[in-house]
Amino acid sequence: MFEATDLNRRDARTQRLVRALFLLMTVLLAAPVLLILGVLLVKGGTMLSWDFLFTEPTNGMTAGGVLPALVGTVWLVAIALLASVPVGVAAAVYLSEYAPDNVLTRVINLAIINLAGVPSIVHALFGLGAFVIFFGFGTSILAASLTLAIMTLPVVIVATREALQAVPHAFREACWNMGATRWQTIWRVVLPNAVSGILTGVILEVSRTAGETAPIMFTGAAFFLPFLPASVFDQTMAMSLHLFVIATQVPDVPEALPYGVALVLIGMVLAMNALSIGLRTWLRQKKKW
Amino acid sequence: MVEPTPAVPAAAAEPAARFTGFSLWYGTFQALYGVDLQVEAGRITSLIGPSGCGKSTLLRSVNRINERLGYVRTEGAVAVHGVDVYAAQNALVQVRKQVGMVFQRPNVLPLSIRDNVIFGHRLHSRGAGRTTRADEDAIVEGALRQVLLWDDVKDRLNRRAAGLSLEQQQKLCIARLLPVKPRLLLMDEPCSALDPKGTEAVEELIWELRGEYTILLVTHNMAQARRASESCVFMLLGKMIEHTPTDEMFVTPQRQETADYIEGRYG
Repeated sequence: MFEATDLNRRDARTQRLVRALFLLMTVLLAAPVLLILGVLLVKGGTMLSWDFLFTEPTNGMTAGGVLPALVGTVWLVAIALLASVPVGVAAAVYLSEYAPDNVLTRVINLAIINLAGVPSIVHALFGLGAFVIFFGFGTSILAASLTLAIMTLPVVIVATREALQAVPHAFREACWNMGATRWQTIWRVVLPNAVSGILTGVILEVSRTAGETAPIMFTGAAFFLPFLPASVFDQTMAMSLHLFVIATQVPDVPEALPYGVALVLIGMVLAMNALSIGLRTWLRQKKKW
Repeated sequence: MVEPTPAVPAAAAEPAARFTGFSLWYGTFQALYGVDLQVEAGRITSLIGPSGCGKSTLLRSVNRINERLGYVRTEGAVAVHGVDVYAAQNALVQVRKQVGMVFQRPNVLPLSIRDNVIFGHRLHSRGAGRTTRADEDAIVEGALRQVLLWDDVKDRLNRRAAGLSLEQQQKLCIARLLPVKPRLLLMDEPCSALDPKGTEAVEELIWELRGEYTILLVTHNMAQARRASESCVFMLLGKMIEHTPTDEMFVTPQRQETADYIEGRYG
């Protein structure tokens, strides 16, 4: 009475087929990442050395290292985060914990979604108009960082809001019912439990910001500037633009050089991601629930 | 709430909570119909009735947590020790300080056991001078002793509260109300998430707190109302049907609806 019928056998075949198909998709998804890393390592691996990281480009950028671009990228990302994280976190707290569901809130949410959809070249032109010209920062680290900050904002807001919403509602109710105000609840219970999620979002955003090219091209990044920036009103080189320049604009660049630059850039990003995962694990262990 | 004046002789007879013609609407649905009820101070009063009869709504009206829903409208008055909790000049946080609440599922905060107990005290003692570590220790120990939890947790006060058993968590939820010295404890089916042993322990605790605190207890478990309360209110379809001492309600109910419910003909 328990023998498999034809129908059962057909179902089992479908089952195996679907499973194999989805596995294939998953493998295909991982393939580009491995290929990119593999090619970069093979072709650019020989470039890597402490000298490459810590010297300036020479011979019209056909030799030497990447130091000014590396330092420039760190500046750009750091200042962009200093500007976008406080604003983004505050906005997310408002939207998630305070905002009533009304027309204004919906308009703001729509604006955030659309801000995330604005192409980076449009951000670049906006930054040029707003920060470089209107506010008079000139083409500078400050203008470029603020442009990056505006690009980063929607992601910071969305990541923070998701982290806040992952904190169980029962915790808030428990606080309110003991006579805590909304702010006391947010400060003492909600934020401490959301901080790991917020940090993860922020750090992932760092890796994206580090790679952006278009927004900084018109606003503060220089083609070739073999000095370290002295203040936020200086221009600077940046890894992403440097890669673009030596790959497309400079003649007679040795083949391994662009691969080496790309490898350093990806290395920075992967290091940030690893840091993010480590931080998240550590903060989760500290959680009291 | 305004600090109540020190006990004048008449205060002994003053009810801990008084509902006067209290009606409540969720949007257009009327959940409570002109409830008149006096909850005697220092006693355990249980609210019973079939699902949807408004007993939880009535309980939640006392500390105004229904309001959070936004579409709630009320009429009539609820007074705690003579002070109207809905009066415009009364701060909601003061109402919540004076009226503590315990929920079906223990909702401990994601903090250590110690921090859970001292949480309310820290909120409400700001500006009243510093509380020393020793004072806090004394408050924590006092509250945990009162809920019969001290011996279980005294060696792990800094562990996370969510690691306790449900029964212990529920006791902790009661303990953390005590340091702010509430006048009234609202309990919304406090044992329904617990096993029989936990239920017995928490009921025993509620019984212990009688006298010192006024307790208003919602339960769908009639046996529990009978065991663990001194006064019993029967509600049906948003109306208060009968309010008598518990032993009378279960032996000689005055109203036919009450008798039918108690005998299990509906509900």
